[in-house]
Amino acid sequence: MADDLVFMMGEFEAVLPADRTYAENHLWLQPDGDDLRVGFTAYSVRLLQDVYFLDWTIDAQTDVAERQEIGEIESSKAVSSLFAPAAGRILEFNEALLDDPSTINTDNYGAGWLYRFQTDNEMLNPSVYLELLEKGWDDAQRMLKGQMN
Amino acid sequence: MATQSLTVVISQSQGKNPSKRQLEEDLAASLMLESSIDVSLVPHLYDLKADHSGALFLQSLRGHVLVLAWMYPRAARWTLDRFGIRGQAGLSELEEFSDEEDPETELPDAPEESKEPGGIGSVDVPDRNIYCLDLGQESDPDVFLDEIRRISRELAVETVDLMEWIEGNPHQDQLERYLHPERMIADGDGDGNGAAEPTRRRWYPVIDYDRCTNCMECIDFCLFGVYGVDSLERILVEEQDNCKKGCPACSRVCPENAIVFPGHKEPAIAGALGDVGALKIDLSKLFGGVSSIDLAVRERDVELVRDGRDAVGVSVGMPKRQADRDPDKRDQLDDLFDDLDTLNP
Repeated sequence: MADDLVFMMGEFEAVLPADRTYAENHLWLQPDGDDLRVGFTAYSVRLLQDVYFLDWTIDAQTDVAERQEIGEIESSKAVSSLFAPAAGRILEFNEALLDDPSTINTDNYGAGWLYRFQTDNEMLNPSVYLELLEKGWDDAQRMLKGQMN
Repeated sequence: MATQSLTVVISQSQGKNPSKRQLEEDLAASLMLESSIDVSLVPHLYDLKADHSGALFLQSLRGHVLVLAWMYPRAARWTLDRFGIRGQAGLSELEEFSDEEDPETELPDAPEESKEPGGIGSVDVPDRNIYCLDLGQESDPDVFLDEIRRISRELAVETVDLMEWIEGNPHQDQLERYLHPERMIADGDGDGNGAAEPTRRRWYPVIDYDRCTNCMECIDFCLFGVYGVDSLERILVEEQDNCKKGCPACSRVCPENAIVFPGHKEPAIAGALGDVGALKIDLSKLFGGVSSIDLAVRERDVELVRDGRDAVGVSVGMPKRQADRDPDKRDQLDDLFDDLDTLNP
């Protein structure tokens, strides 16, 4: 079994478990029976910080296009719309998060999963995602800082 | 003598929406009965041309002014600024975020500190308060009336001190005949020969100089000659009627969210104070959304093509943004990361 990868965000170690695939928009996908579970990567959670609020704007059992807007999230430091990682179908949302989204912070790779998903698309393996993070880090910081002033 | 301590100006809605007109009339009727308040009506502020009697009237006012308008307070404030109608931003309790946003701005005895850090600020700001209330915020006239009375009382306490710098309003009487509330209301439905000068809908950017850092991204990005600089090399909206109706692209590229289009549907562009851009970072781009820069480029290309010009995409005037940022200057993101670093050994 491959080792987990680590991306350094400043001094913070964003761990990328080797047992799953990734999407460019900073989500992980892990097989769960016939479907995939989807959640936020450590990179996402690090930028979000404490999640206060999570809302889905579509119903479960809905077909979605890649990058389709499906919900929104608000944390202590950030807001964001949320977008589908690929074309596919959203089967079920993690209902527990709607009452208490803090599990996203405490267990983002486990109980903090967001939804179950089906897609035929090829997702990124951990090392490809890591490369993407490394390439995008300067831009990401610039974009974030551009908004923070 | 008897200088009014507060002039209330109602800026009318652009359309003839009966419920909006009703609110304006209810407010005007009630305010006329208040002895310490002088009330006038003008057409929608944003649509006024510089030589419109409504604009001239506003410019003639010397004391505290409270403007009720159908736009966000920040949009109204900087639209007034554009007309040279300036003052300290008066604190309204109807503005949800004003406490957190810039508490120091609201202290009437600290005029020099009215600039938010980072912005170049307005120039020649007189020592009087300008209050802006958003008529779209509430439908109950009493909410506004209570707040106006509260502000009026608050100002009455200061009046003794303020007398020395209130210079009177030489032009006000002249203009009153154009702007007398009863007549304006009588003509409100517009039979065409009333006292109200017609205004046409306009579309142009309004700069919030408390946020603007004079970085010139907007003048580089806009290819329609809207922006210019004044004799002090400060950015200004020079040719506002060159602006393309509906296009908010420059507002999207502004790194400080300092460009307001009061009529735009997105609150952050229309000048909402509680806009997320100012308080929280927007991670939508990271999570797969279209960035505001991409949107701005698209919007600009649409207008270029409409003008018979070639689309330029990202080849012209792309924001340099952080290019000249002092690398040693700490910012909130640095703090944000440090906070978390201490939590994550």
